[in-house]
Amino acid sequence: MELLLDSLFNGVAIGSVLLVAALGLAIVFGLMGVINLAHGELMMLGAYTTYVTQLIFKLPILKPFYNSYIIVSIFLAFIVSGVVGILLEKTIIRKLYGSPLETLLATWGVSLILQQFVRSVPLAYGTGLVISLLIGLFLPTIFPSKIKESINFKYFKFSSWIFAALTGVLTGSVISSSVSKLSRASARNVDVTAPSWMRGQVEIIGTAFPKTRLMIIVITIISVIAITLFLNQSAWGMRIRAVTQNRQMSDCLGISTEKVDIITFGIGSGLAGVAGVAVSLLGSVGPNVGGNYIVGCFMVVVLGGVGNLLGTVLASFGIGIMTDLIGAGRLLSIWPDMPLPLSNTINFFATTSMARVMIFALIVIFLQFKPTGLFPQKGRMVEN
Amino acid sequence: MRISRRILAGLATASLAVTATSCGGGGTSGSFDDTVTVGILHSLSGTMAISESTLVDTEKMAIEEINAAGGVKVGGKSYKIEYIVEDGASDWPTFAEKSKKLIDQDGVPVVFGGWTSASRKAMLPVYESKDAFLYYPIQYEAQECSNNIFYTGATPNQQSEPATDFMYKRSPAAGGDFFLVGSDYVFPRTSNTITKAQVKQLGGKVVGEDYLPLGNTEVAPIISKIKKALPEGGIIINTLNGDQNVAFFKQIQDAGITPSSGYYVMNYSIAEEEISTIGPEFLEGHYGAWNYMMSIDTPASKKFAASFKKRWGADRVVADPQESAYNMVYLWKQAVEDAGTFDDNAVREALVGQKFDAPQGPVEVMPNHHLSQTVRIGEINAEGGFTILEETGVVLPQAWNQKHPSSKGFACDWTDPSKGEKYKL
Repeated sequence: MELLLDSLFNGVAIGSVLLVAALGLAIVFGLMGVINLAHGELMMLGAYTTYVTQLIFKLPILKPFYNSYIIVSIFLAFIVSGVVGILLEKTIIRKLYGSPLETLLATWGVSLILQQFVRSVPLAYGTGLVISLLIGLFLPTIFPSKIKESINFKYFKFSSWIFAALTGVLTGSVISSSVSKLSRASARNVDVTAPSWMRGQVEIIGTAFPKTRLMIIVITIISVIAITLFLNQSAWGMRIRAVTQNRQMSDCLGISTEKVDIITFGIGSGLAGVAGVAVSLLGSVGPNVGGNYIVGCFMVVVLGGVGNLLGTVLASFGIGIMTDLIGAGRLLSIWPDMPLPLSNTINFFATTSMARVMIFALIVIFLQFKPTGLFPQKGRMVEN
Repeated sequence: MRISRRILAGLATASLAVTATSCGGGGTSGSFDDTVTVGILHSLSGTMAISESTLVDTEKMAIEEINAAGGVKVGGKSYKIEYIVEDGASDWPTFAEKSKKLIDQDGVPVVFGGWTSASRKAMLPVYESKDAFLYYPIQYEAQECSNNIFYTGATPNQQSEPATDFMYKRSPAAGGDFFLVGSDYVFPRTSNTITKAQVKQLGGKVVGEDYLPLGNTEVAPIISKIKKALPEGGIIINTLNGDQNVAFFKQIQDAGITPSSGYYVMNYSIAEEEISTIGPEFLEGHYGAWNYMMSIDTPASKKFAASFKKRWGADRVVADPQESAYNMVYLWKQAVEDAGTFDDNAVREALVGQKFDAPQGPVEVMPNHHLSQTVRIGEINAEGGFTILEETGVVLPQAWNQKHPSSKGFACDWTDPSKGEKYKL
């Protein structure tokens, strides 16, 4: 029983890291069909946001709230990655819908640019830049339409960008002068330390579980529930689903597909930021952190069936549990007296390197029989 | 047409002049009779840049120190050392290519360079075919002995063997079982083969072994294996690389694998630089084994640390790889002065037997092109340094490890033409 519980928990823990990382991609790739190779770098931005938030919460004014910085950073990471994602959509991806190869190359280029950006720009000014983007993109939209109509909107937009740039520079310099660690560019990996209430273990039914892993599972569950509710219950969710199923028809019926694209891509990117917070709790934060996850993300989405959230959920937990069963050699402890040739084979694959090989082999075999994944999409769109 | 060609030629000369001045290590000063240009070849971009750039800093500092003390004196003339820095870009073929460039085009008498074994293996054929000389400063898995490479880092018997011995006999986990964790490439695998043979000799037991593919940070399966194999605590030998250490130590602490519950990790790739990146709060109470540690309390060690901080910034630290890099520049200078020429073959002969009062203590170049060194075992403390627990006497290097099944009973000696790279003892 204890063994089963431990194994299940480990599988779910590994799976939830995969799931939280793949969730954003499941939306961007699954619903919009955009192969976004910069997804890993959007995660990296989320991880760096956690680091910056942590340092800012060490300032004397915010020190009393230090323990809650990780909660705040989840929201901030969503906003930061979401804003960068929206910018990406507006400037690059919008022109490339329907040409997957070009999108692939362009987003790969963006991923290199983002990596080099965090290496060579001080994080304080990076934060400033994101803030000015945020203001520049959203300031014109929050004013009531009456004001917009009364002045020439072009000038209004222009002046709001000037205001945004000034605020960005100002916040950048304020952060850089108050937190010395953020004032210099560095390619060195940095470290996020979880607040004390999240470190150590917690005991459930006689078994000890690491708290950070539980936290990641909680973040994942909340993200999945939130995104499911959004897609199925809200008006915008319905529009997104409509556009996914039939773009031209939705356009004819008066849905602004342009807006839907921006929102979908923004949410997908924002979820990548949340995933960044989760992975920053496990390892170090560096320019390459996203690259380590990107292959796993695509694997999960493809295995689950493109365009299906339930498939993504099942695929990540499936891979997680398989990784644990094979990689930790658990089959041997569950069934100790299996025949010798079988136990030798299992022992051979019971290392992390070999387990990966085994899992990829199993996925390849699975896709031979079900090339469209666990839950293939049905409908007229697919047939076209 | 003619004009444009002339302009082009002018531009080319100008750009050549610019590169020539920007590559060199500063203008010539009046007090020297001549200059000699050496090559420095490390990764200044890519994943290895963080580590390798510290070596470039140290080598520059050593060269500046030698120049300030009057340069290299050869045949009654004093030579100022200048350097050309090339970027290996964390890409192994680039290392070979840049080596060719330094040897053929720049004609440097010596190249100081490399970090990863992969980069060294890529450069080796270049130096052997051109009969040039590479100085390589990193502790490595040995099982190699080239006439054209001089290795100033530790061999396994100068690092992992004394460390395993300490863990099994004198650490708080003495007599416990071993679990080996490493990144999946040549150094951890070779090092662990040696450790397994040694543990068997000592009468201990290795109960598990696992390798993490480079770039992978999911250590949950390894943690459950460690818990299964060592339920009551024990000894973990860690040869993980770079960032993977951060993931490993963060997650084992959360899983309750800590010194206070009887698990002690001995690390072969964590020096002062890495401690500050990972965070001492995750590493406190675990161990490391090196030839040089910043906390060595001798005037030579303190002077080395102080001049590095003075040259590159008060927040910088020095660690074992940097000390090796520092030593090799000085050993080359001594060998050149003894040989009385910059000629490779003469310098190579003069090099064996060179002694140097290094920051770690006295070192001497052995006939197998490795250094005799002191080995230290340290416990990582809350300040991010090592508390030195043990210090061996001078340990002679074994290019061919005597515990590894494939090299047992072999040695290397370049001073005797009949012995050479690998001969039976």
